[in-house]
Amino acid sequence: MHGLYNFVRGPLAWVAFILFFGGILYRLISMLLGARKKDGVVFDYFSLYYGLRSIFHWIIPFANRNSRQRPIFTIVTFAFHICLLAVPILLLAHIILWDESFNISWWNLPDSIADIMAIIVVACCGYFLWRRLTQPEVKFVTFASDYVILAIVAAPFITGFLAYHQWFGYKFMLILHMLSGEVMLAAIPFTRLGHMFYSPFTRAYMGSEFGSVRHAKDW
Amino acid sequence: MAEGQVIDGIYFNEVIEDAGLDEGTKKLTPEKIERVINDVLKGETGARLKTYVDTCIHCGLCSNACHYYLSRDKDPTYSPAGKVKQTMWEMIKKKGRVSPTFMKRASQIASTQCCVCMRCAMYCPFGIDIAYIMSVVRRICHLLGITPLYIQDTAHSHAVTMNQMWVKNDEWPDTLQWQEDEAREEIPTTRIPLEKEGADIMYSVIGPEPKFLAQLLYQAAIIFEVAGLSWTMPATPGWDNSDMAMYTMDSEIMGRVKRVHFETARRLRVKKIVMGECGHAFRSVYDRGNRWLGWKMHPFYIEHAIEFYYNLLKSGKIKIAKKYEEPVTLHDPCNVMRGRGLYEMARYVVSEMCADFRDMQPNREHNYCCCAGGGVINCGPPYKMTRMLGNRVKAEQIAATGAKVVIAPCHNCHSGLEDIVSHYKLGTHVKFISDILYEVMEKPGAV
Repeated sequence: MHGLYNFVRGPLAWVAFILFFGGILYRLISMLLGARKKDGVVFDYFSLYYGLRSIFHWIIPFANRNSRQRPIFTIVTFAFHICLLAVPILLLAHIILWDESFNISWWNLPDSIADIMAIIVVACCGYFLWRRLTQPEVKFVTFASDYVILAIVAAPFITGFLAYHQWFGYKFMLILHMLSGEVMLAAIPFTRLGHMFYSPFTRAYMGSEFGSVRHAKDW
Repeated sequence: MAEGQVIDGIYFNEVIEDAGLDEGTKKLTPEKIERVINDVLKGETGARLKTYVDTCIHCGLCSNACHYYLSRDKDPTYSPAGKVKQTMWEMIKKKGRVSPTFMKRASQIASTQCCVCMRCAMYCPFGIDIAYIMSVVRRICHLLGITPLYIQDTAHSHAVTMNQMWVKNDEWPDTLQWQEDEAREEIPTTRIPLEKEGADIMYSVIGPEPKFLAQLLYQAAIIFEVAGLSWTMPATPGWDNSDMAMYTMDSEIMGRVKRVHFETARRLRVKKIVMGECGHAFRSVYDRGNRWLGWKMHPFYIEHAIEFYYNLLKSGKIKIAKKYEEPVTLHDPCNVMRGRGLYEMARYVVSEMCADFRDMQPNREHNYCCCAGGGVINCGPPYKMTRMLGNRVKAEQIAATGAKVVIAPCHNCHSGLEDIVSHYKLGTHVKFISDILYEVMEKPGAV
């Protein structure tokens, strides 16, 4: 068990981070090079001002009509994404690992808050699952891979929560937690989770077209 | 039209006889389909399509944007992402190995169940341009020879005559002369100046105006005359600014048609092109044709009729004699609202002309599509019920205003709304801005 722990904490973590950062870099560079080759229009009409204008209207809850029409979804998705990003980065236990390995540290969330935020992430995943299973317009465009992606995202938070509360064997849960976190990191660049780094580009391009060519709002 | 059937393992939410699709599909082979799909995916598209497909998280948030989806009791086969699922996702997943029946259904979806109105692009949190994806599907269908018959005939007309309606070269100036004669009965000094080099404005219209809406040319002549503008119309091909080839994604023909239009304006050495009340034509000149021809923006200022009337009223070149009394509402056409942001100008014009203006909800860039645009009405009679059943929300939107007149500053919207109004028995009339402007404006010099 200890050997496995060291393997997951050491080499596998490196692999996951390399796949995550390297993968994102690779996907972004190939997107930009590909766009140069066949979609020059994207660069020609790109506008930083209108791109950012559009991004702001979509990263602020209720700043666009669709989010106002779906208040519950909006609250859920913003709670989900905020917690999803904040917990892994601001969790004390994670910061200690960074400190031990690289001697760097930063502000951390109180554990009790992080605990609640982890529950929020899992609960939101439950909501997304419910949508996929019951809402016809979502169900129709749902593939098996969408459930896998949802599981990949929920797993580190479920296992992290269980490990923190030391249920079902701390060490075992911790290894599962690290493994699932590594799976998620590695999966982001190579699955639809990639919307994390693609979406600012697609949003900004649409914002540019609407702003500088169409002179219309896109929110 | 029959509803909901599975044919050769493919679900058709509407079963419609269309010779273009039925006969075209018979000539398809799996090899040809695979080759054409991959040619387009690898040769004509690139990072944009790939990024859109990879970014879509399948959340379904685009659904509420689509008038078909809303009007069809939220049937997911009509939702924007649902339409991509039934077309592009499958083509990419199967690497082009899809059946002829699949392609027939794909053509039906892309050409008749999507108006490429771009409303869904405003509801997708990532700004994924689903209209673009549907256009790529149309492009594949065009190259496979499975485009709905009626719109294909229109594209042929563009290819042969450079206008939409098979108008012959002598019929065009003849019609202008006829309308000039008529207009001179009202204001004797009125002219429709043909081929006047160095005029400030080239006025271009769509093929249906000389074909069966000639009174619009009359009204335009009166408006130009009263405003005292220096203008001209070409006597040669290039007078028609419309472009159904753009909607069949016969981009090569679109490019030819747009080039003739621009070159005619160049030959006449005008300062700007003013376009009649048409939406798709504006999209083709303002947004698509220029790109195909390699211009980032246009060699001329391109002015839609809404902006033109706005300037005339704002500057006092046209004055209102007596405001229109009946309650009116305004339909915001996608190609000049989402496509050019003319909504405030349109509201100014309507409020200046009319005493009782009632806005539809939702409005401006969020307005529901007319369900005729994007070439759908041009797919002809087989698809009339597709449009009627596919736009119940528009009928409800109009009815809720209580207006007696719907102003639709776009030809496709105008025709589509006339059908909607009569199908749902709304008892409203559909008018162009110029219909009302002509009626309420001061006409000094009229006899």
